[in-house]
Amino acid sequence: MNNKYYQPEYETMPVEEIKKIQDEKLVRQVKYVYDNVKYYRDLMDKKGVKPEDIKGTEDLHKLPFLKKDDLREAYPYGLLATDIKNCVRIHSTSGTTGKRVVAFYTQHDVDMWEECCARAIVAAGGGTDDVCQVCYGYGLFTGGAGLHGGSHKVGCLTLPMSSGNTDRQIQFMMDLNSTILCCTPSYAAYLGESLKEKGYKPEDNKLRAGIFGAEPWTEEMRRDIEKALGIKAYDIYGLTEISGPGVAFECEEQKGMHINEDHFIAEIIDPETGEPLPIGSKGELVFTSLDKEGFPMLRYRTRDICILSREKCSCGRTFLRMTKPLGRSDDMMIIRGVNVFPSQIETVLLNQGYAPNYQIILDRVNNSDTFDINIEMNPDDFPDSPKAITGKEKKLQDAMKAMLGINPKIHLVAPKSIERSEGKAVRLIDKRKRYGITI
Amino acid sequence: MAVKQISIFVENKEGKLVTITDSIANAGVDIRAMSVADTQDFGIFRLIVNDPEKAKEALESSGCFVSITQVVGISIPDEPGSLAKVVNILARYNINIEYMYAFITVSKKNASVVLRVADNAAAEKILTENGIKLLEEKDIVNM
Repeated sequence: MNNKYYQPEYETMPVEEIKKIQDEKLVRQVKYVYDNVKYYRDLMDKKGVKPEDIKGTEDLHKLPFLKKDDLREAYPYGLLATDIKNCVRIHSTSGTTGKRVVAFYTQHDVDMWEECCARAIVAAGGGTDDVCQVCYGYGLFTGGAGLHGGSHKVGCLTLPMSSGNTDRQIQFMMDLNSTILCCTPSYAAYLGESLKEKGYKPEDNKLRAGIFGAEPWTEEMRRDIEKALGIKAYDIYGLTEISGPGVAFECEEQKGMHINEDHFIAEIIDPETGEPLPIGSKGELVFTSLDKEGFPMLRYRTRDICILSREKCSCGRTFLRMTKPLGRSDDMMIIRGVNVFPSQIETVLLNQGYAPNYQIILDRVNNSDTFDINIEMNPDDFPDSPKAITGKEKKLQDAMKAMLGINPKIHLVAPKSIERSEGKAVRLIDKRKRYGITI
Repeated sequence: MAVKQISIFVENKEGKLVTITDSIANAGVDIRAMSVADTQDFGIFRLIVNDPEKAKEALESSGCFVSITQVVGISIPDEPGSLAKVVNILARYNINIEYMYAFITVSKKNASVVLRVADNAAAEKILTENGIKLLEEKDIVNM
């Protein structure tokens, strides 16, 4: 029999008690960070805040923010809060200009993260009878490891498939009777199409639920995936800086994701002024970890725009809910589940001797992102041969792939041919917007 | 000695060729020969004209990406075996032809061939030594 909650003592805790836990843990975490992370201590000193000024969540706003740039600046050990010998794992995500963000985990941190993922799997109906097929990427990316660990904690039979190799995914799905599918929503849609092409009907597989995240998707996509696979599709949210997937997860209501408030405090701020906004306002999501040892984050600005709700949920969970990210307060794009910053593209162009006159064109074909970059050639460098030009394109493509982790299609174009707005090339044309995708 | 060729980068988009031909026409420049090298996304439009500088200026002012390349021009009798002879000479001296195209003028009994090679001077020397008549810029203007 499957349980309704993985840790009901926390997940259904009265709101006042959640607040009490957060107050206690916050005081401890702030002191821990102040004592062990020089980088953040300096930020606090600069702001004139001492650990003893933080007596509970109502004092949270006094703390300085951490931004992605801080993580880049402090790379690799600057925000590490404990001795390396206490750490057991790293994960990594892309930074804004190519330098990656590295997060460290102690065994306690891994356990806490995996429990968060276990809560998500149980909320999707998972239990010991389930066969959980994890086709998020394994490796530095947190997707594979997070759901894998969560699946173990729940006691599902775990299929550590990683991403790609669709034929093998389908073979294992059908032969080993997978009941829960964990991947990006676009890959779930692709699997649905591939199953159909192979002549399978939605009722031919044993899947019951899917846990999909790491990239933006719409309600319409959700219905399509649910129909194509014959499942119920659950959203999941997370970020490497905070731990990974499972920071927030959806329940059977499918109305926003419950934030694991016993481990993380969520705030909404005005992205322009940094002022905290009341619950229910649309603004930038900020997370504070409460009990991390390796890589604790105080007031980390996610740049995701969303809305929080304390409205009572019929599932019985008392945790705050967040909407899907509705946009970004920076220029980050999510392409095929990978975070891409224009500054990374500019860094590659600079290294390769090109001016930053380029245009990114994103679209979605068969539920999968297409990624094209038009790049203007240098006016004084016109190779009078198609082979030379395609050779240059290939070189740029390889450099982009090394920087971004995904392969764009590069098109060299004539100088000054990219449409300008106020003298600057129009950097992004996101045709995915017509499908309601905003990030 | 070499002849000036105009190369124009053409994106594979509607109306691009019209821009090129119109600006050459409006500049009053006469096209002697042309060739197109194409890929799926773009092409390189190569022209021999009576006034390369004027053509370049006109094309650039209408936003085209243009460069002038020096190519080897030769004049050979318009008869069977003529081109084979040239190609054989170049092969014998290991001179690689990147691309070439030919054109015939109305009144003459000769054909003209444009050759793109890595080293123009070397190719011209060998062709001259083997009795092939080279074209000069003024030959193109007077055609």
